[in-house]
Parts: sequence; C-alpha cells; structure tokens
Amino acid sequence: METLVYKRPESLLKDGQFTFCPGCGHGVVLRIIAELIDEYNLKKDTIAISSVGCSIFLEKFFDLDVAGASHGRSPCVATGVKRCKPDKFVFTYQGDGDAATIGFNETIHTACRGEHITTIMINNTNFGMTGGQASATTLVGQVTTTTPKGRKPELTGYPLHAAEIIAGCEGTAYAARVAITTSKNIRQAKEAIRKAFEAQIKGLGYGFVEVLAACPTNWHMKPIEAVKHIDNIIEQVHPLGVFKDVSAQETK
Amino acid sequence: MGRIVIDRDVCKGCYLCVEACPKKLLKKSQTPNLHGDFPAEFVDEKNECIGCAMCAMNCPDVAIKEVYR
Amino acid sequence: MAKVLVKGNEAIAQAAINAGCMCYFGYPITPQSEIGEYMGAHLPEMGRTFITAESELASINMVIGAGTTGTKAMTSSSSCGIALMQEAISAMCCAEVPGVIVSVMRGGPGLGNIAPAQNDYFQAVKGGGNGDYKTIVLSPSTVQEAIDLTYRAFHIAIKYRNPVMLLADGILGQMMEPAEFGEYPFDDPDTSSWALNGADNRPARNIVSLHMPEGAMEQLTDRLFEKYEQIAKEETTSESFMIDDAKLVLTAFGSVGRIAKAAAIKARENGMKVGVFRPVTLFPFPDKDLHEVAKKADMILDLEMNKGQMLLDVRSAVFGACPVEFFGRTAGGLLTPDLIYQKIEEVYKKIETKTKAGVV
Repeated sequence: METLVYKRPESLLKDGQFTFCPGCGHGVVLRIIAELIDEYNLKKDTIAISSVGCSIFLEKFFDLDVAGASHGRSPCVATGVKRCKPDKFVFTYQGDGDAATIGFNETIHTACRGEHITTIMINNTNFGMTGGQASATTLVGQVTTTTPKGRKPELTGYPLHAAEIIAGCEGTAYAARVAITTSKNIRQAKEAIRKAFEAQIKGLGYGFVEVLAACPTNWHMKPIEAVKHIDNIIEQVHPLGVFKDVSAQETK
Repeated sequence: MGRIVIDRDVCKGCYLCVEACPKKLLKKSQTPNLHGDFPAEFVDEKNECIGCAMCAMNCPDVAIKEVYR
Repeated sequence: MAKVLVKGNEAIAQAAINAGCMCYFGYPITPQSEIGEYMGAHLPEMGRTFITAESELASINMVIGAGTTGTKAMTSSSSCGIALMQEAISAMCCAEVPGVIVSVMRGGPGLGNIAPAQNDYFQAVKGGGNGDYKTIVLSPSTVQEAIDLTYRAFHIAIKYRNPVMLLADGILGQMMEPAEFGEYPFDDPDTSSWALNGADNRPARNIVSLHMPEGAMEQLTDRLFEKYEQIAKEETTSESFMIDDAKLVLTAFGSVGRIAKAAAIKARENGMKVGVFRPVTLFPFPDKDLHEVAKKADMILDLEMNKGQMLLDVRSAVFGACPVEFFGRTAGGLLTPDLIYQKIEEVYKKIETKTKAGVV
C-alpha cells in the first residue's frame, strides 16, 4: 500500500500556476506559506496583503482573500485590516525593494508597534520585476542594471540588513533570515515561517522572516548556479539566523 | 519504495529537483512540453525512490504535485 | 439635542465618532491637529482604534486596510500631508475602497504657512494622484454643516465604495460656534457581499488596484465612470441664497461661501441685486444648477481664497451664459465681507454700464 506523503497545498488555487521565471525562489516560499495555512487550518481566516514587484499577484496563486497595497505600504494595509479584524490571520508578502527599500519606514514602525501580523520578505538583492536594478539589500560589488560596474559604497552606500534591524524593535516577537537553497535550508525556512505565524496566532507580536531567494534571470545565472551563489556569496553578507524569538526566551 | 507525479506542462525546466534528488532519479526530458520547455523526468527503473519529497520541496512551481511512499 | 459651543475640528471628530468611525489613523499637522487629539482621547476608551501613524502615507494606507474589511475609518490632514496621500487615494478609487479623508487646508504651495486658505481645491477635486478617477468632495461652510457633511461622508463612502474628502479650511477648523449633534441619519448598506474577512465557505475575494489583462483597466474605468455619473445624479448639492432676481451672483465654496453671504446682504441694503451660489459638493460639481443660475444672471463673480481654482469649474458650468469675474486672495490673505463688498461695487458698475448701453 503506498501512501500520499506530499501533495499540492489546498490554499493554492488549483489552476494558479506560478508565472515566475524558471528557478525563481518566490514559488517555493508561496508554497511553504500555503502548506502552513493548510496545516493550521487558517484558509477561512486569512487575509493576505500583496505588495509591488514580483510579489504582487497573490490573488492569482492563493485561494485566499487578498488586499493589494501600494509600493512599500503593505504593513500599513495589514495594520488596518488586523485592527478591524483582530481574530483574522493577516500576513504581508513583500520583496526587498518593497519592504526594505521604499517601505522600510513602514516595516520598522509596524515592528515597533508590535502589530500582530507577519511579514515574509523575499530578499533577492535587486528589483526583480523592473529588470534587476540595485535595491537597499544589493551587495557591495554586485552588478545590477543601475550598478553596471558593481555597487560602490562611496556612491550608493552599504547593504541594509533587514532582519537584524527588525529584531532590534521591541514589538518584534520573531525575526529571522533563512534561505531556500537546499532541502535542509528549505525545511528551516518553513520552520522559521511557522514560528513567525505562531507569533501572530499566540498574540506575541510582529513576526518577520527574510528569505534569501534566487533571481536567476536578473543575476544572469542558471537556477542551480543562482542557488549556490546564495549559499556561497550572499550569506557572507546577509547571514542566516534567528535574531529574535520571544517564545524561545520564555521557555528559557 | 516511492513514486512522484510530475505535471510536465507546469515544469519550467529549472532542474533544481535534479540537484535535490538523493538517488539521482530525475533528469532533463528529451521531449519539450506545451510551452517548449524540456521538463524534468522521473526515471526509477530499479525502484530506488524513497519518497523523501525533497524534489517537491525544491520545486519552485509545484510541478511535482504528488509524492507517494 | 441642544446646541453646544464647539470648535470646527472637534465637531468633525465627534461627528465621525457618532457616524460609527471605528478607526482613526493620522499624523499631526496644523491646522487640524485637534482632530487627532480628540480621537486619541476618545476612541481607545470606546474600544475603537486610534493610531498616530509614522506618516500620512501610512495613515491613508491603514484606512485602506480598514476599508477593505468594510469598516468605517478616517484620516485627517492638511495640504502638504494630503499631498502625500494622493497615490493611495487614486488606489482607493481604483480598488473601490471606502474611507473618509478630512482635509483642513492651509496656505501653500510647499510647506507654505499655517494660515487658512482654499488653495487645495485642485488637489481635492482634480486629484494629485494618477489615472482617471474621482474623489467625492464635500465642502462645509459652518461648523453645523461640518457635522452634517461628516455624517454624509461616512455614509456615501460605504454606499459608493469610494473615498470621500471633507474639504475644510483653517477658518472652519479653528473657529468655535454653536452647533447641534443630531443622530447619525443614514442606514448604511451591508458590506458583507464584498468585504474581506477570510474565504470561509465562499470563493476567495481580492481588493486590488492592478489590472493587467488586456482591456481590463479600460473596462474597469468605464464602470467607475458610470458610478461617478450615478453619484452626480444622486449626490450633487448646492445652496442658493437670494438668487431669484440677482443680477450679480457670487460663487464661493466653504467658509468664503458664508462670508460672501454677508457681503451680498450689505449689497442688497445698498440697492444692488446680489445673490450667492455655493457648491456644497465640489465633486460632483453642481454644473447644471449653476448654468441655470448663470442664464438668468447678468454676471458671476467667483470668490476664492486662492488664485482661481474652482473658477475653472465655474466657467465650464457657466459655458458663456454670462461673463465671469474673479476675486481671490491666497496663502492666508482673508476675504472679508468689506473686501468682497468693494469688489461687488466695482463689478456691479460694469453690469449697469452694459445695461445702459443695451448690451446684455
């Protein structure tokens, strides 16, 4: 007798095929989110907040209620939703261009207020949808369409480390950086997102998970090469780790 | 003993599953799908698949839609 | 209910509370900070939401979040703060999210000053946001009317799923006068058919402002403009004061509409047939009514505390039916009854000269 050990999550639309480039990390993270929403039976209670960039089309993939937000403002829309519907499950899905660049002020203040929402931020160190321009998280020396000779600190400064900064906010219950590069890392990423979701479910505060994900098209790399680039290069600058976990502090 | 189901028209041919499979049971197909991509193909002649689902876990397109053990 | 002596800004805040405003999101700016202070003092103890947001960008987007759940929410600001909200107001119109925005105008452009002005008519009515859209704009001229229009703003925001702006100025926001808080007079429509509350045994819903498929955005905009036509049919409001036999009709909105009445009364006492036409809804603009007024009048004198913004809508409504003159001061320059009266005397002479010459 064979048993089904894995199937497409119910919270994904049946015909909601991802429209990302081959090897793009978004699909893995969206699937993990859908799996967790299924596991916690949250579909009927979830309001997802989309953002601007490749992260925008949540309603085309999720079988969930979705509110759209302007560039960088998803945490504000999420705040409005959550304050009106405190019993609902509210998360924002953003990229580094959205959450860490144009909307970092909103991200920080949402963390400081300790809003009971969760932010999943995909960090692929560039503006993917507009064609790979440099963002706040772009590495020093990284070649992008706006830094053709590599990011030069004397001209455009240094990369922003979102998860560490958010961990420093008192209202944050959970902040971590994960990568979806290997089976082991993908498992850890899911556990981190689970913790961030639980922080909301238990009413502990703001949950923030930064996910290092590949953008093979704009990095001009083959998918396997792009995934290895994260483990070999990007993690040197944006290290993986749990930077704050209020629930762990309580158990100690 | 395990088995996987690949939706070959959803697969975009990134081959992250090929890299992820501990038993090396996935490879690039020689026949293109509807979109002209050469999808990943599951070949398990010696029944080596352990149903670990690592391929599905790594797939960015949920093209590996079912895993049996 | 008895009349109470109340400041304009506080009257708007209390009226919002009476109208069932469950959330206030705002950021302080003169001359409307009392609205946020009032809300901060009252909403939390009523179990409602009050947040001093990190910016006007944040406050209006929190209003959007509340609006998508079908909840009555409000923000308030002034000129430069309202400028920061324009992107979101455009998005609200596109995604059909209800919400109330109170704009208490100050002098501009730039940071300008904190004096009363009406130089944000364009910003409110024409919008600084992108795309084809219309914000419903209500313009009170007294504290009493500010209360009544706040009630109406909350109702029609939900009714039409559109942002509604209450456009006041620093005079109205800061002055105290007796007014009465009646009961909220409207039955609001049920929002359960569209509001987001989780896809529980129903198909998932989305409220978004990006519509990429070919033709989708044009189709949506066409439907929105049918809605705006409906709003124009059902909501257009104006006040006419002594205009039946008026040779000269003064047009003015908000607090200037009220000052113009005082000047018109003085003109009548001095034998000049002067009336006042005051648009209460700035979008929808009462253009048909104003055109009828213009057909009977010899001249229109448009009065504004700006360099001539509503003037464009007045001219367009009059459409050549009679000459249109303009008198305005801006950025804190007040239009007093005496100043307006002087201008009336000046333009009334033109009417008399024309009548004598047989040119009408």
